[in-house]
Amino acid sequence: MSTRVDGAVSADEMMTVVAARALTDETVCFVGIGLPSTAANLARLTHAPRTVLIYESGTIGSKPRTLPLSIGDGELAETADAVVPVPEIFAYWLQGGRIDVGFLGAAQIDRLGNLNSTVIGGYERPKVRLPGAGGAPEIAAMARKVIVIMRQSPRSFVERLDFRTSVGYGVAPGDRKRLGMPGRGPTIVITDLGVLRPDPETCELALTQVHPGVTVERVREQTGWRLAVSDDLQETEPPSEEELRELRELRATLEAGA
Amino acid sequence: MGAVAELLSLEDAVAEHVHDGDSVALEGFTHLIPFAAGHEIIRQRRRELTLIRMTPDLIYDQMIGAGCARKLIFSWGGNPGVGSLHRLRDAVEHDWPVPLELEEHSHAGMAARYAAGASNLPFGTLRGYVGTELLEHSHETIAQITCPFTGEELTAVRALRPDVGIVHAQRADRDGNVQIWGIVGVQKEIVLASARSLVTVEEIVDELEARPGAIVLPSWAVGAVAEAPRGAHPSYAHDYYDRDNGFYQRWDKISRDRDSFGEWMAENVLTSAGVA
Repeated sequence: MSTRVDGAVSADEMMTVVAARALTDETVCFVGIGLPSTAANLARLTHAPRTVLIYESGTIGSKPRTLPLSIGDGELAETADAVVPVPEIFAYWLQGGRIDVGFLGAAQIDRLGNLNSTVIGGYERPKVRLPGAGGAPEIAAMARKVIVIMRQSPRSFVERLDFRTSVGYGVAPGDRKRLGMPGRGPTIVITDLGVLRPDPETCELALTQVHPGVTVERVREQTGWRLAVSDDLQETEPPSEEELRELRELRATLEAGA
Repeated sequence: MGAVAELLSLEDAVAEHVHDGDSVALEGFTHLIPFAAGHEIIRQRRRELTLIRMTPDLIYDQMIGAGCARKLIFSWGGNPGVGSLHRLRDAVEHDWPVPLELEEHSHAGMAARYAAGASNLPFGTLRGYVGTELLEHSHETIAQITCPFTGEELTAVRALRPDVGIVHAQRADRDGNVQIWGIVGVQKEIVLASARSLVTVEEIVDELEARPGAIVLPSWAVGAVAEAPRGAHPSYAHDYYDRDNGFYQRWDKISRDRDSFGEWMAENVLTSAGVA
């Protein structure tokens, strides 16, 4: 399959490449479907070949040749080192403390990195009923650290969540410890505009990086709270030719399989 | 030892084991989702069911849209990799075709609830739900407990003991022993947690050959076995057929409005063999 690597880099491609870079080699990563799965597999095919991908369907060490549409495609089981029952993947492997990185998306995030994937609007009569928690609350609590990947807008980066499905830093620093959560929480939030990281003292997410061509003003406009900006703001390195080629080939496998 | 599994037609198995008002769990984590059994329940017009399933998937979207359910117990209700389950959303957001009560959990919580049910325990234990609003909204089935040995605060989740558990499997022998391989999900837990159970299979064979990683549910632990070739489509049966990802993507459009959903159901489910 030949894939052209010329042409403009889309915002989603930029976000996926940056998310892949955030995954270092030889880590054990619990992967959600969609953008997290694309980014984790891109990392595996580029700089992190020894990364272990775990999907909540119970596949450990999956090395899919084509991108899965669901978290339980046959390809994930066929290419896995081991396939275990679902109660085991959550109890022994996630709760057991064997996951280095949890890779999550959500519909809403607040300034302390808490996530909503349950409803938009009121719970009893929601404006939008979202899929719900899935594996996210325990991944957010248990993984040693969490990478969040989501598109940024005033509707998704909100002052107040409509529902708290998964805990980032709770309502104040120290909450994770008080709640007995072993993991560090979201250490990086990657969006289509830039990268946010928590302040070491306050845990509030601050803009630390913008993607090429994106201004701070634009990121502020797309954030529902008064966004803090790091004194040491960086610009994201554009995707390399290899990253872009691998990503496009990977995405083409999903389209070809459907 | 329980009685050995009865080998029945799918139509008879559903008629015998699934009743109006039952709590019913059709499981299969992405793999081996019992679509054929769900369609038979729709054709036999079961009503007021409490549907239980970690990932409702398309089969519960269809059953909810067809008016079979009054309550849903679940942990993730989307079309994987595609988007919303539109019939589920229509029921929750607009009470169509009937209101749907929700009891929602996380995957880890649901898995613990099934394992507790299979173990004949009243609740399962996990480190979970703390700091989330799920605690408030599903408080009848989630509670904080204190470990009697360490004093640690933990979370208890009420066991699931459905009236009927339904799963699909690759094959069974003529005695009703069931063999499952690939992603095994919660297939074993749900059969053992349920008061009655029904297993549909791709094929019934003379003898079960050993398979790496396979589990076997002995006949005396299973209620009924029914042959249903391609009974997991559009999900998949490992080593039989692949997941029909194209259908999952097409379902988004089919299910988006009530009329196109109704037409699809009339053509593809209600008129199939075995109409009640």
